Amino acid sequence: MPTYNLKINGKLQSVEADSDTPLLWVLRDHVDLVGTKFGCGIAQCGACTVHINGNATRSCSLPVSNLQGMEIITIEGLSEHGDHPVQQAWLEHDVPQCGYCQAGQIMSAAALLNNNSNPTDEDIDAAMNGNICRCGTYIRIKQAIKTASKL
Amino acid sequence: MTKVKTQYNRRSFIKVSAAAGGGMLIGFSWLTGCISDPKVEKVEIPNEWFEINGYIKIGDTGLVTIYSPNPEIGQNVKTSMPMIVAEELDVDWKNVVVEQAPLNTGFYQNQFAGGSLSIRLSWNALRMAGATGRRMLLEAAAKEWGIAVSDLNAAQGVIKEKNGDRSLTYGEIASKAVGIEIPEEVELKSINDFKLIGTDVKNVDAKKIVTGEPLFGLDFKREGMQLAMIQHPPAFGMKLKDFNEEEIKRMPGVKDAFIIDTTLEDPTWSDEKGFFQLIAIVGDSTWQLMKAKRAIKANWEVISELENSEMHLTNLEEAFVSGDVEESRKDGDFDTAFKKATKVIERTYSSPFLAHNTMEPMNFFANVTDTTAELIGPTQTPEALEGSVSKLLNMPIENITVNMTRMGGGFGRRLYVHFGVEAAAISKKIGAPVKLVYTREDDMTQGTYRPAYLSKYKAGLDDNNNLVAFSVQGSGLPEGSVFPDRFPAGTVDNYLAEKINAKTNVTTGAWRAPRSHFTAGAEQSFIDEVAELAGKDPIDFRLELFDRAINNPIGEKNDYDPERYAGVLKLVKEKSNWGETNPEIYRGVAAYFCHSSYVAEVVDMVLVNGQPKIKKVWCAVDCGIVINPDAAKNMVQGGVIDGIGHAMYSQLTFNNGSVNETNFDRYQLMRHSQAPEDIEVFFIKNDIAPTGLGEPGLPPAVGALANALYQATGQRFYTQPFANQINAKMPLG
Repeated sequence: MPTYNLKINGKLQSVEADSDTPLLWVLRDHVDLVGTKFGCGIAQCGACTVHINGNATRSCSLPVSNLQGMEIITIEGLSEHGDHPVQQAWLEHDVPQCGYCQAGQIMSAAALLNNNSNPTDEDIDAAMNGNICRCGTYIRIKQAIKTASKL
Repeated sequence: MTKVKTQYNRRSFIKVSAAAGGGMLIGFSWLTGCISDPKVEKVEIPNEWFEINGYIKIGDTGLVTIYSPNPEIGQNVKTSMPMIVAEELDVDWKNVVVEQAPLNTGFYQNQFAGGSLSIRLSWNALRMAGATGRRMLLEAAAKEWGIAVSDLNAAQGVIKEKNGDRSLTYGEIASKAVGIEIPEEVELKSINDFKLIGTDVKNVDAKKIVTGEPLFGLDFKREGMQLAMIQHPPAFGMKLKDFNEEEIKRMPGVKDAFIIDTTLEDPTWSDEKGFFQLIAIVGDSTWQLMKAKRAIKANWEVISELENSEMHLTNLEEAFVSGDVEESRKDGDFDTAFKKATKVIERTYSSPFLAHNTMEPMNFFANVTDTTAELIGPTQTPEALEGSVSKLLNMPIENITVNMTRMGGGFGRRLYVHFGVEAAAISKKIGAPVKLVYTREDDMTQGTYRPAYLSKYKAGLDDNNNLVAFSVQGSGLPEGSVFPDRFPAGTVDNYLAEKINAKTNVTTGAWRAPRSHFTAGAEQSFIDEVAELAGKDPIDFRLELFDRAINNPIGEKNDYDPERYAGVLKLVKEKSNWGETNPEIYRGVAAYFCHSSYVAEVVDMVLVNGQPKIKKVWCAVDCGIVINPDAAKNMVQGGVIDGIGHAMYSQLTFNNGSVNETNFDRYQLMRHSQAPEDIEVFFIKNDIAPTGLGEPGLPPAVGALANALYQATGQRFYTQPFANQINAKMPLG
């Protein structure tokens, strides 16, 4: 099995895996970062969203062989103390119900705010439409993104 | 204060203390701080903990652990149940940490998440647990100081002498309370004295959720643990014969591959499942297992008819002629009244099968040895799982433990225990701990769906536009969606209701607000049309009917309280300014009673470029005392989105016994851009003990949606998903 050197949350990690292994499973099975969630496996639900070079990306459909030299940030590395503005806003609005999709939602929201510090409702819909919340916390997510944009 | 008899004795407390103290087997950090704000100062981590009773553990620093007995599926009981204990114990919430209790049928009651029953069934037990702890701490302090309990006050974790200066904290006296006899009678607070219940308390797991800490079953790991996946037949009506076992075993990363059979001789309702003979593959990399799963070449045999969606519709219709009427009600003479009526109306409503689609796919950890079985994972029914594993392994229940992880959604899906049973079967076969993981496709194609329904409604009005005849007959695969004793039973002289069952080999189960989700949509749309036929305002028309049920009810067995029903309609009417016309807003209303609670909703719709879009939903809810208002609002908002999303977009269809929608590329769930812009929730204030909340917010949303769509488009909606029926192109994600 080939070895890949990945930069995950600012740390270099050496991983031995099949070349077609999606980043999601490298994170969950190989380096024990389970905050990134498995939802559908076909990039349709957004539960597995991470940042690749600052862009929100579905890790379930991204082979490990494409990732050398890229900056990978997961929910665990979004902030050192769990106090990224988006995380703070999520707590303030008490967004989660079951909580399972929220890491992916937060990663999509954080990437949106990196590129657009004052998004409109339409901007938020466009950036977040790939993230399903089965519990229906969409209204709070939108409110939290607006709050985070002001933090 | 109210004096109540405790139902506890020393023996039951000791039993749970032992289990709770030594039973925390989950490998996650157990300390869940209730205040996630790091700026809030907390008491220090104790050096020593003292078990006060099975719900409460107090540390020498005054930190209090409260065990949450029921499974957490997102309904927020892990916060609200401990709040009730903390209220009666009278401690400062910032000094409380919450721990998930393990399954312990010897002590806790009703450890399940279903029927919106968690708070409703445990309200008294939780209050007594807190009050018992408080009383024991008071007795210990009284003994310490040589005075009577009546000379003491306790509040916010501090005990004070009424006529003196002495005071001590719960932490300081906790060690002495351990030996105190459990009181046979305790005093409960007056509802007016509640300080914590009725305030907005944040989710105790929120910080872990937003930072991605391990919480869910899928996140669980144990040293030496293997991973496993299963493969079931591709169609209902098929059974596994054999597969290319040797080839699969030789694939990279595969340690073993074999067939398991989880058929139980004496199954219960929670053992429902499409397929019991399955291929199991074991290894230590999820991705390699997924690849091996794709390489399976199996032989399947056809054992019953391979059904399709057209056949399902025919069978639902056919059931009205030849189906089995399971429940019915007749008041007066419907047929005669309908024939004599001045105006009549008949409508038919239908809905397809639906999948639950919890975001966390099914999974479970099992470690089975010759004499013991340990199960850890997401289950709404840990006791049922324990029972089924006991049957499968022929092992006494005492040798089986079940621990519950936080669940990535339930919606009824995890009332069914097969994935835990399968994990146990695989662990037994390989003689090692294992975590079974389903793919999305495994979950969406294996059954236990929301049934498919078809209901026919008829109504007749007299010369004065009074409702004089009403009937509902509903068939379902496999169970009709009719509640004979619910509204409008009790409001009409001539009433007929029939619940009709029909056959299918597709397996089904409870899906959030079973049957109510469909019935509320159909019935409340129909009532809207009847009101229109009568030339009456839809809210006034309903209120007239409730007046009838209040003043002169028909029959004696009406499930609902018409005054509370009317109460939520009046509240939503007031809050939404119903009757104020805005030419750009199209409104629909609905009200429904289920899970002992009452909810009325108004949907405000606008047309954006000719396409309907929901601007706002107004909700009025009567669920008795509300424990945690902001979290309760979150739950109702979620219910509304769940109801609207599925009625609008979702369906599961069949071809030759196979499901066509196998993942989220074809199965549509509501997305951000389709959600209502705002959902405002109002609660009726009363002193009624809490009733259900996880489910009741959903059903009326379907009716209010259909009625608003009618106002916006001029078209009535009878067949779900509505998006398929809309001529204008809907704003799809």
